[in-house]
Amino acid sequence: MFFWSLVLIAVGIFSSFIYGRSRIKLNSKKQGTKSKSLPTYYAQYVLMWCLFPALIVYFSWAIFQEQIIQNIVISNFEFIEGAVYNEGLLLAEIRNVANNPSFADGKSIEIINAASHYSSLRQISQISFYTSIIIIMLLGALYASRKLKPEFHAQHKIERYIQYILIFCSSVAIFTTIGIVFSLIFESLRFFAEVSIFEFLFSTEWYPFIPIREGQTAAEGSFGAVPIFAGTFLVMVVAMCVAAPLGLLTAIYLAEYASQRVRKTVKPLLEILAGIPTIVYGFFAFVSVAPFVKAFGQSIGIDASPTSALAAGMVMGVMIIPFISSLSDDVINSVPQSLREASLGIGANKAETIKKVILPAALPGIVGAFLLAISRAIGETMIVVVAAGTAPNLTGNPFENVTTVTVQIVVALIGDQEFDNPRTLSAFALGLVLFVITLFLNIIALQIVKRYRERYE
Amino acid sequence: MNNSVAKEKIVSLRKKRSLEDMRFKYYGFTAMCLSLAVLVFLLYTIFSKGYTAFQKTIVLLEVDYNQEVLKLTPDSSDEEMEKGKFFRVKKQAIENFFPDLSKSDIKLVKKLFSINVDNEIKDYFLDNPEVINTKQQIWVTAHSDVDQLLKGNSRRDVPEDRRKLNDIQLSYVDQLVEENRVKQVFNNFFFTKADSRHPEIAGVAGSFMGSLFTLFTVFILSFPIAIGASVYLEEFAPKNRITELIEVNISNLAAVPSIVFGLLGLGVLLNVFGLPRSTPLVGGSVLALMTLPTIIIACRASLKAVPPSIKEGALAVGATKTQAVFHHVVPLALPGTLTGTIIGLAQALGETAPLIMIGMIAFIPNIPTGLTEPSAALPVQIYLWVESAERGFQEKSAAAIMVILIFLFMMNAIAVFLRNRFERKW
Repeated sequence: MFFWSLVLIAVGIFSSFIYGRSRIKLNSKKQGTKSKSLPTYYAQYVLMWCLFPALIVYFSWAIFQEQIIQNIVISNFEFIEGAVYNEGLLLAEIRNVANNPSFADGKSIEIINAASHYSSLRQISQISFYTSIIIIMLLGALYASRKLKPEFHAQHKIERYIQYILIFCSSVAIFTTIGIVFSLIFESLRFFAEVSIFEFLFSTEWYPFIPIREGQTAAEGSFGAVPIFAGTFLVMVVAMCVAAPLGLLTAIYLAEYASQRVRKTVKPLLEILAGIPTIVYGFFAFVSVAPFVKAFGQSIGIDASPTSALAAGMVMGVMIIPFISSLSDDVINSVPQSLREASLGIGANKAETIKKVILPAALPGIVGAFLLAISRAIGETMIVVVAAGTAPNLTGNPFENVTTVTVQIVVALIGDQEFDNPRTLSAFALGLVLFVITLFLNIIALQIVKRYRERYE
Repeated sequence: MNNSVAKEKIVSLRKKRSLEDMRFKYYGFTAMCLSLAVLVFLLYTIFSKGYTAFQKTIVLLEVDYNQEVLKLTPDSSDEEMEKGKFFRVKKQAIENFFPDLSKSDIKLVKKLFSINVDNEIKDYFLDNPEVINTKQQIWVTAHSDVDQLLKGNSRRDVPEDRRKLNDIQLSYVDQLVEENRVKQVFNNFFFTKADSRHPEIAGVAGSFMGSLFTLFTVFILSFPIAIGASVYLEEFAPKNRITELIEVNISNLAAVPSIVFGLLGLGVLLNVFGLPRSTPLVGGSVLALMTLPTIIIACRASLKAVPPSIKEGALAVGATKTQAVFHHVVPLALPGTLTGTIIGLAQALGETAPLIMIGMIAFIPNIPTGLTEPSAALPVQIYLWVESAERGFQEKSAAAIMVILIFLFMMNAIAVFLRNRFERKW
């Protein structure tokens, strides 16, 4: 369906363009006047009227077709009295039988009937899809072709339409934000309807058991997210302990001491570090760092678990080194040269100048960089999923297994997702917390950096 | 007298201060070196863990294509041949693999071979149907446990109950090595097969195609939208609150954690719009929203870099604003935009968490052929293999990382090439 509908639309584009062009030439010849705009604009006008309504129909069909068909199938399904049905499983079964007739053996007659109903509905839908696309395209072209007169200002219209398209493109960002906020809030509200918000934010027990059988209540699980927040915080602190000194010192060296050649070679290398996918860091943490941390813990007499906050935090620190170093580098470079020269001029050496003049001057920018790095660390997923573990321990010991917000989101949503239990919904509540915190950190950081920039401009 | 003491003090202080200066410089130097050392160590770890995955172990097996066992005749049709009883041929071959095998040992020996051996015996026969009623020496794939043992990835000095292969199996493997009936060859499966429960026949082809389809979707969606948004914001947008809101939105989106985009995909694209789960279409849409800010920022920067005189020239000879922008400014900004797009795509290629959220973590044992088919993606495949308890998957995950890094490297090289070749300095 996908391929052939694209072909159909391509044919529509091509023919409407050709049609529009030849038609306006014909019309202006007939009237003996020159058209107000170039013929291509008339052609584009026809094309737009042919294409966009069809595209709208196309997408709404693609989005809603399956749901509508499923609803019809389910509402016509011959439920047997007394039997318990799971709608999702039932639909999956019907679809399987419909797509693959060899699965029909041993299935009940209701399911086979529903499957044939399903496939006939699909066929109807396909046929009506193609006919409606063709009709809409023709209607659009027809409407447009009635305007193809030499005195019509096609170019003005086209430029207006282009404006609309551009505005739509830029509002995609707003739609995305709205989508994020609404999906998080909507599902979180469903979660907080079952689990009190105070329990979530202040209780220290996180045992998100799902009720396995009917009749078990959801309240058997407990959803106190404090251990998760603590774990996130611990990993973040370890990461910053690694990244802050290394990143900052690297930035100072590159900005103040290094020769042009060293800068030119080292900066791209650090960018490689920034461009490595996080799952690669996860692998590294799991294969090299975690066993090392465990061995190190044992050698100093601490019983370290195979996955630990320390291993995950250290690797995450490495990941954000380039982040801190490049941001701090920018900040240090934007400290005015006059400050440097004044300090050197009164006899301070380079280290003194950096420590007593440049760093204090650059401090707000550096703090901003650190905040951005922290928000990056909190939102990071793959390293902690692989290397930090999933046990919700409320501990300050970095050798122990901890879990983070992102890990719990992944754990809650891996596997079968039924959106009627608080365990699945808890992912959205945690996601909301994550979103709010990172957004908050970013806004503060950007404010600080902005104000800092203004000071020296 | 007093003077010389003061002088000495100054000299020593100066020494101290310059030492301090040196020390501080070396701190910086050490920090830089440490960061780079980690990079080298990371790459070394991946290479040293992963290079063995490019080889597989094969075993020489004598197969008797007896027509009675196969239930075929020399003039059977192709369809009949497809249905030949190859598993019986295999069973027989394994029973005669070593002379005088006891029943319990046959079971053990059977575990030295890959599950794929049936297919290999069959494929050999279908390629050479004339071998019916002859004995053939063919090389078949060994089980991952044998493979790992011979590559030195699993150790033989641990107690028997913690090993995959017991002592009897070990002795058989040793015998094979002695008789030169095993060897290691290039692992074509790694590049031609999709994921599998059995490490020896698991490959990256499926997830690679999945990633390509995903990136295709990202490109198709984000490139035009990003250009539209940047052109509007740079060239047309009035300076008002709505424009400002859009700009704040874009910069905030760039900072939203990737996993939150995954939740958006799950909550809106899957649950509200009902798009098919685990497909490159959904994965690509989510990643497209994620890379949008990156591309918009790059595109706006290159639009800004086009000198205003070009647009003014076009306006002066009578072009409308739309014409000036689309005929003159946008083409000149295209190389820079394309560079930014490739870098954005490189980021999208490595993203794992959002794809897990929308279900691309499902086990998909076949190679996808379209945007709306369930498929895996390279980074998620790596995650699945890292998490897998099976020893044989560890080298696969490292090798898959090599594949993804090479891919990333190539994309970045293309971006740099484009920038150097086409970007004009005004």
